[in-house]
Amino acid sequence: MIRYLTRRLVALVASLGAASLVVFAVIEVIPGDPAAYMLGLNAAPDTLAALRDSMGLNQPLPLRYLGWVGGMATGDFGDSWTYKVPVSDLVADRLTVSLPLAGLALALSTAIALPVGLIAAARRGRATDGAIMAATQLGIAVPNFWFAMLLVSAFALHWRLFPAGGFPGWADPVAGLRALILPAVALALPQAAILARVLRTALIETMAQDYIRTARAKGLSHTQALTRHGLRNALIPVLTILGMQFSFLLAGTIIIENVFSLPGLGRLIFQAITQRDLIVVESVVMILVCAVILVTFLTDLAYATADPRLRRRG
Amino acid sequence: MRAALALGAALTGVALTAALVSLVWVPHDVTRMAIADRLQGPSAAHWLGTDHFGRDIAAMLMTGAQTSLAVALVAVGIGMSAGVPMGLAAAARGGWLDEVIMRGNDLIFAFPALVIAILITAVFGPSALNAILAIGIFNIPVFARLTRGAALALWTLDYVRTAELAGKGRARISVEHILPNLAGLLVVQGTIQFSLGILAEAGLSYVGLGAQPPTPSWGRMLAEAQTMVALAPHVALMPGLAIVATVLGLNLLGDGLRDALDPRRSPDA
Repeated sequence: MIRYLTRRLVALVASLGAASLVVFAVIEVIPGDPAAYMLGLNAAPDTLAALRDSMGLNQPLPLRYLGWVGGMATGDFGDSWTYKVPVSDLVADRLTVSLPLAGLALALSTAIALPVGLIAAARRGRATDGAIMAATQLGIAVPNFWFAMLLVSAFALHWRLFPAGGFPGWADPVAGLRALILPAVALALPQAAILARVLRTALIETMAQDYIRTARAKGLSHTQALTRHGLRNALIPVLTILGMQFSFLLAGTIIIENVFSLPGLGRLIFQAITQRDLIVVESVVMILVCAVILVTFLTDLAYATADPRLRRRG
Repeated sequence: MRAALALGAALTGVALTAALVSLVWVPHDVTRMAIADRLQGPSAAHWLGTDHFGRDIAAMLMTGAQTSLAVALVAVGIGMSAGVPMGLAAAARGGWLDEVIMRGNDLIFAFPALVIAILITAVFGPSALNAILAIGIFNIPVFARLTRGAALALWTLDYVRTAELAGKGRARISVEHILPNLAGLLVVQGTIQFSLGILAEAGLSYVGLGAQPPTPSWGRMLAEAQTMVALAPHVALMPGLAIVATVLGLNLLGDGLRDALDPRRSPDA
């Protein structure tokens, strides 16, 4: 396990390094002069010089790259050009919206998918299964931001149960949570549809295994065998899918924040794009990519813990 | 299951037909605004009603189908034409080449399509091309991994080994014997990536990273309709239904094709 862990850690650092090179190249090398790009055509020469200086553009490229990566490693992401505050403060502030939203959506989708997938697998081939499969097929096809609009028009505009958008902050936790319910549901349902299908397939495959037949032979009912032995083993592929779904969840959160005007990471990055604040774009993109790489790493690790055979491979 | 395949083919056919017909004919000019006719419900003159500029929604949906299908299709093309050769080469050569190709693809995998689109847009400004590139790049590792895995299995088969003993080069075997056996698999995955591409394009153009005005696109129609949901629900309903129908159709088609191409796979598993 130690050897496996070391190898995975080296790979993790290598992919973080490679990803940072890609982001740096796209944002700082391709535009030629990022400062001139950020300020546009009519920039005053002294403003341009000040920005070039604060971005460290007068230094050679390798030094700039090392400075950027070294800064990030110590939590210093530079200062936003438009907001004039450290990017780390901006991100930390926005994360208090984005993280709870993504977490809530993840919890909701798992809470829905587990029983639904279990029921479908238990009633395989019957009408219940058919109905669930049809519903999940539809759920996969629904764009989450459109679903969000439908939720708003029903639960916010018509019945007035939830706010249609905006975020009151966490000073009043109940109001904060209420503002996140509709966005979380919009994110969670399409995810739950995919997850339920994967769980059903995994369960059906597990139930064909010998140890399930043994469990049945020793007197467990079909449902008992399914929940006591099948579910545990079927969760491994579900875990993998959950890890792979993370990048969809991330993208979904960014888009859904737009529907509900939530002041999260997604809004921060779109404002930064329109204001050409490349410093913010560069850092936020790097944070998103880091998150995807880390989650993939953790999924691999969890997978290897659950199934020791995998440790021998890559 | 045959019924699902037929439904999938029919829904996909409708979307394709709408896109193709819109190349030569649409019921109304989508660039012409008629404020006096704005936010009308469905009628004989406007089958699906009009939007806030008085533009015909049916005509915009048809032209929008063009954008959606073209972006998603070209993105599948990019993914396949880069990913399949990579997967073939990785499986044929193995060793360091395999390692380099697959680690490179892991790296691409760490960049979700939305993040790629954000990066490109931040530097080059928004355009429909960004969406194509972002979704296309996102597709590359999908096809590379799929091709490599399936090709590795084929390389262990007797007739491939025989071809190698007969003196054929590994590259030639990849093209002549491996690739034809992957065709079915690639068509199925292509269909699935096509449907994912349509969802992704809708999302990107919804947040303004895709097709720009005046090019009609389903995602942007939804973004524009959002402020009028309470006033004229049909404006927000129609583009969403178009996306759902097309994506559902392609998914059913993909599942149906997979079952049809692989009789060993039980259809309900």
